Amino acid sequence: MTTSSLALPATDLATGHRLDFLLVADMVEPGSRVLDVGCGDGALLSLLRDRKNVDGRGIEISREGVNACLSKGLPVIQGDADTDLADYPDDTFDYVILSQTIQATRQPRVVLEHLLRIGRRAIVSFPNFGHWRVRVDLALKGRMPVTENLPYSWYDTPNIHFCTIRDFVELCREVGAQMEKAVALNAGGKPMQVSLPWWVWNLLGDQGVFLLKRK
Amino acid sequence: MRFGADEPLMMDSGIALAPWQIAYQTYGTLNAERSNAVLICHALTGDQHVANDNPVTGKPGWWLTMVGPGRPVDTNRFFVICANVIGGCMGTTGPASTDPATGQPYALDFPVVTIRDMVRAQAALIDRLGIETLFCVIGGSMGGMQVLQWAASYSHRVFAALPIATAARHSAQNIAFHEVGRQAVMADPDWRGGRYLLEGTRPSKGLAVARMGAHITYLSEMALHRKFGRNFQDRAAPTFSFDADFQIESYLRYQGISFVERFDANSYLYVTRAMDYFDLAAEHGGSLAKAFKGSTTRFCVISFTSDWLFPTSDSRAIVHALNAAAASVGFVEVESDKGHDAFLLEEPEMFAAARGFIDAAARVRGIA
Repeated sequence: MTTSSLALPATDLATGHRLDFLLVADMVEPGSRVLDVGCGDGALLSLLRDRKNVDGRGIEISREGVNACLSKGLPVIQGDADTDLADYPDDTFDYVILSQTIQATRQPRVVLEHLLRIGRRAIVSFPNFGHWRVRVDLALKGRMPVTENLPYSWYDTPNIHFCTIRDFVELCREVGAQMEKAVALNAGGKPMQVSLPWWVWNLLGDQGVFLLKRK
Repeated sequence: MRFGADEPLMMDSGIALAPWQIAYQTYGTLNAERSNAVLICHALTGDQHVANDNPVTGKPGWWLTMVGPGRPVDTNRFFVICANVIGGCMGTTGPASTDPATGQPYALDFPVVTIRDMVRAQAALIDRLGIETLFCVIGGSMGGMQVLQWAASYSHRVFAALPIATAARHSAQNIAFHEVGRQAVMADPDWRGGRYLLEGTRPSKGLAVARMGAHITYLSEMALHRKFGRNFQDRAAPTFSFDADFQIESYLRYQGISFVERFDANSYLYVTRAMDYFDLAAEHGGSLAKAFKGSTTRFCVISFTSDWLFPTSDSRAIVHALNAAAASVGFVEVESDKGHDAFLLEEPEMFAAARGFIDAAARVRGIA
């Protein structure tokens, strides 16, 4: 089994916070209302609460994750992005965040449309399946990539809708989302130069992080 | 706690009940800031003896797993209050109490009780205890209905709310089960039109049947199968009679018989009726979200996978309404095969969720 074409989420050595979380946190205005869809153990929500004084809510599919969040005092409900977003009224939140989750949804397009409906802005981060190491795994080894960050085999992976950065940009166009910010993170979790063309991001970007707005 | 003729309980039926009294237990100590009071709301046939031996049955308190020293509702930290509901039969005024107008038991002259009446009575008690804001209101099943009613009626007096295995309205199916139970009581000739206390009879058979039927709804098919299966009771083969051949029959009969020793038949009619009438959205023009509009209470909703009496969909409806009202809400569905009764049983996932929620809320509230 091949591993480590994509590294584990890189963390800030000083604070222990994940670099992609810090990047997301930078995109959020202080004091805003935020829904984190697929919030896991609440690490990002806690960061937003503590650093940005955010009124944060979460949806998480796993019971362990929900309990971890409750014990941090985070209002998180057990639920599923694919089925439960429909129940939220329009414009409930300033930001709806989908961090490393869109590839695990059954209907990414529907989910993205809900994010843009429920929130005034949406922040979406995802692993870039166009990264050169992924391409190498497929092209040269002829195998679906298995990485530390995405350690599943094709038959047991929850990640059923992988996309590349270019694919996601195309989806944003289709659903009429305006890209206010787009950042690609390299394997070290550092933002890549903005001046680089899309194809470079798509080849070298480990993750894409997008700040979107309804048109 | 007694309330005199000048302090009537204004009931939804339009009747001013006076005098009246409410029986309650407390555990732990109220802090100097009066900020650590927790109200436990009991379920249909529960009582105020949540964490002490029951004086009637001699059995341990009904929620010792949740309430006590070191438990999620830690009586070393919190001042815990639990009161018998209005219409009950454990010391709070109910149909078995004496009607001052006649000097006889109220029986069916007692006004029909609602969940909101129960909560009003509790609020009067809390006032008397000198507590402005409850740190947390907690309850399962009918207790959970009271929690929701508290949050809707007295939002500013509830810092945190933990409704478990409950619903914002009683379903048609649940009303149906209750009606079967009531009809069983009323079909007992010893019920005597509700005047059994005066006439020296007890509708024990009817009440036992009501309890047997209701008890099935508190369990799950899986739990029944696991516990009893088709096993015979003290015999190796069917007796070709209507004796309690099966363990499950024997178990239900025992549940019925032991219940009538501790519960008043008319109270059973009144309290089941209160649940039937509960529909929190109806009070707010049909919108449950409006019931919680502007609420600053922190909510944590818990349901159980095998609870078919108050299924997870009921809890989700509460969560959706709270979300729509922009309230702070956590929700977890606990995996359990024990049915509705799971909330009273050893369910580590429920305790973990409750403890996490309560501890986090206590930190925000500044409770040591």
